[in-house]
Amino acid sequence: MVWKTALNHILSKAPAPAKADPAQVKDLRARLAAASTTKLGRALAIRHVPAGSCNGCELELRATQNLIHDLTQYGLSFTPSPRHADILLITGVAGRNMIEAARQARAAMPDPVLVVALGDCAIDGGVFKASPAVQGGADTITPIDLFIPGCPPTPTQIIQALLTLIEANALDPMKKPRRLRARDL
Amino acid sequence: MILLSPADWAAHQGKFIALWTDAQYAYALYQPQQLVAVELVEGAYPALPHPGANWYQRLAHDLNGHKAQGATDTRPAIEHFRNPDFTAPWPEFTSPGVEGVHQVAVGPIHAAIIEPGHFRFSLRGEEVLKLEARLGYAHKGTLALMRGKSPRLAARYAARVSGDATVAHSLAFAQAAETALDTTPPARAVYLRAIMAELERLANHTSDIGAIAADAGFAFLDARFALARETICAAAAIAFGHRLMMDIVVPGGVAGDIMPEGAAAIIDALSALEFELPSLTRVFEDYASLQDRVIGTGIISPALAEAYHPGGYVGRASGQAHDARAQPGYPPYLDHPIHMPIQHEGDVAARLRIRLDEIPESIRSIRNWLQTLPTDALAYALPQTSGMGLGVAESFRGPVWHWLHIESGAITTAFIADASALHWPLLEHAATTGILADFPLINKSINASYSGVDL
Repeated sequence: MVWKTALNHILSKAPAPAKADPAQVKDLRARLAAASTTKLGRALAIRHVPAGSCNGCELELRATQNLIHDLTQYGLSFTPSPRHADILLITGVAGRNMIEAARQARAAMPDPVLVVALGDCAIDGGVFKASPAVQGGADTITPIDLFIPGCPPTPTQIIQALLTLIEANALDPMKKPRRLRARDL
Repeated sequence: MILLSPADWAAHQGKFIALWTDAQYAYALYQPQQLVAVELVEGAYPALPHPGANWYQRLAHDLNGHKAQGATDTRPAIEHFRNPDFTAPWPEFTSPGVEGVHQVAVGPIHAAIIEPGHFRFSLRGEEVLKLEARLGYAHKGTLALMRGKSPRLAARYAARVSGDATVAHSLAFAQAAETALDTTPPARAVYLRAIMAELERLANHTSDIGAIAADAGFAFLDARFALARETICAAAAIAFGHRLMMDIVVPGGVAGDIMPEGAAAIIDALSALEFELPSLTRVFEDYASLQDRVIGTGIISPALAEAYHPGGYVGRASGQAHDARAQPGYPPYLDHPIHMPIQHEGDVAARLRIRLDEIPESIRSIRNWLQTLPTDALAYALPQTSGMGLGVAESFRGPVWHWLHIESGAITTAFIADASALHWPLLEHAATTGILADFPLINKSINASYSGVDL
């Protein structure tokens, strides 16, 4: 049966596979190479914390890992442990029931840490802004380095924004290195 | 709506769907679409004996302070009793009183990219004796935000009840508003809504089927199914301007037409999925190591399903033959009936088979509707009148019900019942039929929404 399946795959004509825009991928890769080698030895790990989202942002965040967008090729990956993470990525409003958990996740991460607020809700509460169950955006939990707008932002927008963040925070190799703290970033 | 006496209310027989309260009444909804009510006396009403009613009674207490008299389960649903500094007392999780039990705590932040919720397992060795889910972490006050707004304005909240079912929730909300205000949407809007709803079903089924395979170690299947989902979302963006098709279904019709190149993009995405699906399905059937993980795992017995009568693939995999598209039914499904697959094993494999079977059916329907799109208007304006309305749509995970009370064009009370409210207690049951390592598979095969019940 396995051989039959394999044979079917070989003999049948598949439709042309969809691909991400090659010019864009090339551009992003070049930008990343220039920036990230000076920062944390290139590979950055992201810890995602949902602080009160509708799960739309989670769907698109997961889509950044699929065959088309392939976030891993840029040296970015998701980690289950905050101890291994360089980037804290918050989705959703700062829901009152999640604030303490999000704070604890931030406290468990070793500095330096970059904090990203993903989606309109994480920026200022989005459509849920006036609700008493909501404190506001992710900046009411911890200072934010990058806001990614969109409801939800597309996988391409997410990847572009993350690489821009790394670029903006890359250290100048000509300058004397110094110890980084979260508030410097 | 039928107003009952407290005795008749508590004794009412039927397949329970949802329960909620407003300032004056407690309402209970039974299949296929029977709404009964009882007057609140000093903020209390008699508890219902149906097992599915527990969650809703706890929720009514947390949202409105109304008590269900005689209820056995009075734990908070979404209220965490936060201190001003946002710390909260941690509830006591009781374990079965047998020797050698230990507890494992998971969440509220999970390892994968998913929503927040806390799971407390009571284990003896690897065997799961009990699972208790603590929800409410995604609580955003959606129902309170809807009050006082026009249906057109409140549609933005309905679209964000559960992002993966945004079209279905928008559709149920729109149908509730249209029923309340006695408006019939144009035929073109009805067809476009159905096309979007089926695209959403395909996107979720493909991505979830792949995720289940990934949990059993088959990363290849996950990669291919995730690609199918990506292709569908990209086509949706071309056709409707948004990958998840959020905010396009609005009360009165749809907010925008399908783009001229949209139909071709959708048909290409469907053809690619249709081409690859048989060979991917065969992998599920061919590999013993995959079969070993999914067959007999996370069983929801037909008897248990009969007690809760959950909707969607969870119910249909355990012998519950209902689908909101068929009963009570709504256009255009009334003229284009869908084939409803039924299984009786109730395990992860049965839920997978149901979802695999639903994919060709959705593809067929979308193709059919794209060829026969009516050419009348996109939306009609809603009148500024008063009324009460129920709306239902079959999301990919089951029926979602919206209930609206509108006075002079503004919503006074709203309630939203996601299919997940009946899936969560069943997940707690299903988890106890396996070992802890099987839980990710069981959880993904049910895939209840956190945001959809935390409201």
